[in-house]
Amino acid sequence: MDPLRQSASPCSSRPSSPKTPPCEMLGYVGIEAVLDQLKIKAMKMGFEFNIMVVGQSGLGKSTMLNTLFKSKVWKCTLPGLAMPTPQTLQLKSVTHVIEEKGVKLKLTVTDTPGFGDQINNDKCWNPILGYINEQYERYLQEEILITRQRHIPDTRVHCCVYFVPPTGHCLRPLDIEFLQRLCRTVNVVPVIARADSLTLEEREAFRRRIQHNLRTHCIEVYPQKCFDEDINDRILNSKIRDRIPFAVVGADRQHLVNGRCVLGRKTKWGIIEVENMAHCEFPLLRDLLIRSHLQDLKDITHNVHYENYRVCRLNESHVLPHGPCWVNLAPTPPGPSVAPGPSKACTQAREDSDDN
Amino acid sequence: MPTKTTCPSSQVSDDEQKQKRENIRSLTMSGHVGFESLPDQLVNRSIQQGFCFNILCVGETGIGKSTLIDTLFNTNFEDHESSHFYPHVRLKAQTYELHESNVQLKLTIVNTVGFGDQINKEESYQPVVDYIDAQFEAYLQEELKIKRSLFNYHDSRIHVCLYFISPTGHSLKTLDLLTMKTLDSKVNIIPVIAKADAISKAELQKFKIKLMSELVSNGVQIYQFPADDETIAKINASMNGHLPFAVVGSMDEVKVGNKMVKARQYPWGVVQVENENHCDFVKLREMLICTNMEDLREQTHTRHYELYRRCKLEEMGFTDVGPENKPLSLQETYEAKRHEFYGERQRKEEEMKQMFVQRVKEKEAILKEAERELQAKFEHLKRVHQEERMKLEEKRRLLEEEIIAFSKKKATSEIYQNQSYMASGSNLKKDKDRKKDPGYRFELLCFDVRACEINGGRKDAEEGREGPCTMGWP
Repeated sequence: MDPLRQSASPCSSRPSSPKTPPCEMLGYVGIEAVLDQLKIKAMKMGFEFNIMVVGQSGLGKSTMLNTLFKSKVWKCTLPGLAMPTPQTLQLKSVTHVIEEKGVKLKLTVTDTPGFGDQINNDKCWNPILGYINEQYERYLQEEILITRQRHIPDTRVHCCVYFVPPTGHCLRPLDIEFLQRLCRTVNVVPVIARADSLTLEEREAFRRRIQHNLRTHCIEVYPQKCFDEDINDRILNSKIRDRIPFAVVGADRQHLVNGRCVLGRKTKWGIIEVENMAHCEFPLLRDLLIRSHLQDLKDITHNVHYENYRVCRLNESHVLPHGPCWVNLAPTPPGPSVAPGPSKACTQAREDSDDN
Repeated sequence: MPTKTTCPSSQVSDDEQKQKRENIRSLTMSGHVGFESLPDQLVNRSIQQGFCFNILCVGETGIGKSTLIDTLFNTNFEDHESSHFYPHVRLKAQTYELHESNVQLKLTIVNTVGFGDQINKEESYQPVVDYIDAQFEAYLQEELKIKRSLFNYHDSRIHVCLYFISPTGHSLKTLDLLTMKTLDSKVNIIPVIAKADAISKAELQKFKIKLMSELVSNGVQIYQFPADDETIAKINASMNGHLPFAVVGSMDEVKVGNKMVKARQYPWGVVQVENENHCDFVKLREMLICTNMEDLREQTHTRHYELYRRCKLEEMGFTDVGPENKPLSLQETYEAKRHEFYGERQRKEEEMKQMFVQRVKEKEAILKEAERELQAKFEHLKRVHQEERMKLEEKRRLLEEEIIAFSKKKATSEIYQNQSYMASGSNLKKDKDRKKDPGYRFELLCFDVRACEINGGRKDAEEGREGPCTMGWP
């Protein structure tokens, strides 16, 4: 990751402030009521979450989304005869508002049909990177307005789930290329798709090989090691990092098993229960994305990825004044395009340059 | 009383309309997904980050600011009393760290020192305004930096201003009114009546009504507790009716009944701080800390800070809309300004160059003039010198001619002498008689011309050697 960011952890570090003497309070004051105030405010405002799924067709991306949010996020998942496979990579976004126990969540899902489906898949990641950067750009433009909105609508992609086909061998060149570029721009969570075609041992071996590949190519997937706050975080995240990539199975049909109604895939040799930890690791993915690390995903996107984008962007075009003295950096010659190409975003850290 | 918040029902319909516009569907889920833990995740993150709250206390010296803060937070922050003799109003900020269960609060108390003490109070409120603006400015600078770290930034913007009104029982002082009017657009103001044990209950009621009507009639916008959320709407609304709070501060404990309470002991009774019948201290603590701390911070950030930011950026010349009413980005404005700036600088450089060249020319001319003068003088002197020399030459020549003439005469006279001797015959008495004979006596005085001669020469030297000599016959 950007070494400039490694000094301070982004999400929840103690703010650097003047030396303060700790004071003993002689009795109860009621400061902890601020937590309730926070909760009330958050519930009133609602939450936003933007997730993107990337992978070749037929890996079960849409089904996975439906399973995650237990609803028909996409209207139809099977490509019928009416819908031909797209010739180029397209990005489809759909937004839903879901509510659970008083908590409103505005969910935006972006799908990428056509990824990796062509004969020549060179630079097929460019539209995706372009889309992600476009969301950052939109947020930046809103942020530097003079009269800003009270709450800037957040369309930035918080998490990108990458589906690895279950070959059982190792990461393919396309996977490696894509992951290398994307992990610097967005939080990437790789998963082994359609894991019901692998046995448990094969899954383990595949997972180890993928982890080895990731390490070799210096791909930092979420949860990134450099953003661990303290020992608790590190322990928790190490456990997660050990299991990444999760081997998942998606299903949106319900079946009757032992008298219970479960989501699963019915085959001739049995019913694969999606929420059974013995069968697949879907619960881990769901917990990571929704139940425990959703806020963290948003924080890292806001504090790290967005800030990196902003730095690159502002350095290129000198948008804002730098403080009261108006010190100008050496102006770059006006290039052909103001918006940075997808590879230009946050390449400060890497020695291997991106050739576009 | 002007309310600052919109009523909830209109907000909901706004949301729905917005959803329809954006084609957002509402989805029903067939099972438990689990994101109701989201608020907890948010709260956990905030706990880790810590909270920060900044209070500004404005009021005259000795009105009880420090004591009230001590009582509010149940600690002894600072001991010494301030003097009344400061020539100017200063602001003193102190930061403390408070812990309660798992919440860490970084509390900053800013006190005005010397407020209202001066004889001429015209400059009293300016330091306060300047301080508040400086905090906004610092935050704005951090936000505008290229490499910024907002999550790490210690927020020093003032979240609430407790304005202490002295318990005269009559009305607001002019200084109070002016100060509050200046501050109301920059910070959330909560007016409190200090040392409320000096007023009786009946007077207090009238005083409060008078104060509020004065504030309203002068257009001072004090902070209204938000009444848009159902859970706290009722209590906030009722509290709004109790403004300004009449408070009494004390850290001393007095035994009342069978327990120790914080109170002030008088010969005629005990004023208990936490007794709602005696003063509004509990209400203030409830409102300030337990119910609305988060709202105060949000108002500061979304209203006051945004207002400051907008004014500051517009002052610097940035606008959102260009001359043809097209949206103008900050970038274009900035580029334009930069061009202007460079052009200006170029022009100034040219100007300075010109001035420099001109000055050099002038100086050169002066020097040339001086040189010429000197040259003329030199020539003149030389000429004078030449003339003198010629004169002297002339004189010498004359003198020499005289000398020659004289020597000729001498020679001829000698010849005559000899001839006269020869003519006198065999004069054996030549030598002897010469002495006795008076003979001719030639006395020739040769002047030493050495002094008159400027030029040295052999002739002069020779003649000079002769010296004044008398050529005479003995």
